[in-house]
Amino acid sequence: MTNRLDQLITEKGILLADGAIGTNLFGMGLEAGGAPELWNVEKPDNIRKLHQDFVDAGSDIILTNSFGGTKHRLKLHHADDRVHELNKRAAEIAREVADASDRPIIVGGSVGPTGELMVPLGALSFDEAIHSFQEQMEGLKEGGADVLWIETMSSAEEMQAAATAAIAADLPYVITASFDTAGRTMMGLSPADMHGVTDKQGTQPYAVGANCGVGASDLLAAILDMTESNPNAIIVAKANCGVPQVKGDEVVYTGTPELMHEYTKLAIDAGAKIIGGCCGTTCDHLLQMRSAIDSHSKGERPAIAVLEEKIGPMVNKLAAANDAMPKRERKGRRRA
Amino acid sequence: MADEDEIILSELDDDELVAQMHDDLYDGLKEEIEEGVNILLGRGWTPYDVLTKALVEGMRIVGIDFRDGILFVPEVLLAANAMKSGMFILRPLLAETGAPKLGTMVIGTVKGDIHDIGKNLVSMMMEGAGFDVYNIGINTDVDEYLAALEEHKPHILGMSALLTTTMPYMKVVIDTLIERGMRDDYTVLVGGAPLNEEFGAAIGADAYCRDAAVAVETAKEFMAKKHNELAAG
Repeated sequence: MTNRLDQLITEKGILLADGAIGTNLFGMGLEAGGAPELWNVEKPDNIRKLHQDFVDAGSDIILTNSFGGTKHRLKLHHADDRVHELNKRAAEIAREVADASDRPIIVGGSVGPTGELMVPLGALSFDEAIHSFQEQMEGLKEGGADVLWIETMSSAEEMQAAATAAIAADLPYVITASFDTAGRTMMGLSPADMHGVTDKQGTQPYAVGANCGVGASDLLAAILDMTESNPNAIIVAKANCGVPQVKGDEVVYTGTPELMHEYTKLAIDAGAKIIGGCCGTTCDHLLQMRSAIDSHSKGERPAIAVLEEKIGPMVNKLAAANDAMPKRERKGRRRA
Repeated sequence: MADEDEIILSELDDDELVAQMHDDLYDGLKEEIEEGVNILLGRGWTPYDVLTKALVEGMRIVGIDFRDGILFVPEVLLAANAMKSGMFILRPLLAETGAPKLGTMVIGTVKGDIHDIGKNLVSMMMEGAGFDVYNIGINTDVDEYLAALEEHKPHILGMSALLTTTMPYMKVVIDTLIERGMRDDYTVLVGGAPLNEEFGAAIGADAYCRDAAVAVETAKEFMAKKHNELAAG
């Protein structure tokens, strides 16, 4: 199995991933609550244009429009019988754009969470989860994805199921999580936990990292934890464009292109090798991120205070304080 | 587990037992909650007092620690499941004893959004406070909301969303109510992690509720206002 992502990192050192799919499609008229994946068939020209714009802005990696492409997510839109078709099409569109470029572009097959709670908290069994991911990943592979990009995860078990499916699909894979709850994932996983999360799954992820979550500063704090606990791992930073804020009845992102330029430099200093944007990141931002990668050489590891000074305050003050977890005073527990 | 850690619930006095039930709810111990509920009922507590003092208060503590980053979703879910098993015992008794009924609510998570933990908590806490609650589930489109309003004729409509990409759908629902001249028939409450007061006001909701406890308080306030208006009218 050739790993084109590894070849490109070896060649270029640091890679620029892409910007947001969801929020940019809303800008093209996708309605709130609508399924972006259906556009792979209904409006492929819009998807192609978005990928092309990312490539033109300097992205080395583009992610397919398949984030909600498991049957569990597509079921919401009565499209759970179209998993293979929609994912294959998603990868084909990105592949066409990548292959038409005069420089190497990696196609990452985006795989998001099923949205289901796994046993024992919920109803989804480990085997069902593997099966669901495998069905999606086979479509992505057939459409030409170079690497499977498992993202916005929060549950360790779900990451393990997705890793098992990626190994079965015989493609390299990347896993990133969303640290949106007091510096951890909503299921309580810490950034440093990402390194061992799939250690029983055989082939390990090519890279791990953080995406989405709350703000860019918070995301880089997570990256610092990851690079500190394993300095040799390849780390992905894909932050929201600043902090999502409600303005009237709309959600806007506070990040300017200049802020995302600073974010990219800080991500390099923090030890990330693959840097991109998540919700709110447009091509204007990516152009500035490209110039940061091209001009900046890795400096000193930034302290949290430096992040806050350069790209804005941490949303989660607990993680900023970096204290031990607070605990509630309890009467005696009856069970260990 | 050491023997000295064994606590016999039936040997505790009322205050100790209620405090222990708060801890057991916190730890998601379903059987212990069921036992505690039955003991309090056996001692002559009203179902309403068991619900509010032992269960709702316990969940309020869980809610605070989730907000403060001490608990995460798995622990909150286990606690909610333990509460649910207590509710299962109390629900028929509450109906029999004519515990105060404050009003009726229809609640659902909006279209495209499958997050139901917060919505279910609000649903249980509202029920605990004395509301009749119709929880119509996740991924609710405007037609499903309208059908539930028609069927249950509630005082309150609750909408939940956890994603910045789905929360704008709340406005679609409210705009439809306005178009059909039905908006003033309901108090519309909205909630979910990415929302805030400004958003609630901008889409034309009556209030944004930060958490389940706030939802209950807000719902009570609006019901009191409605009563006063009726009395004055």
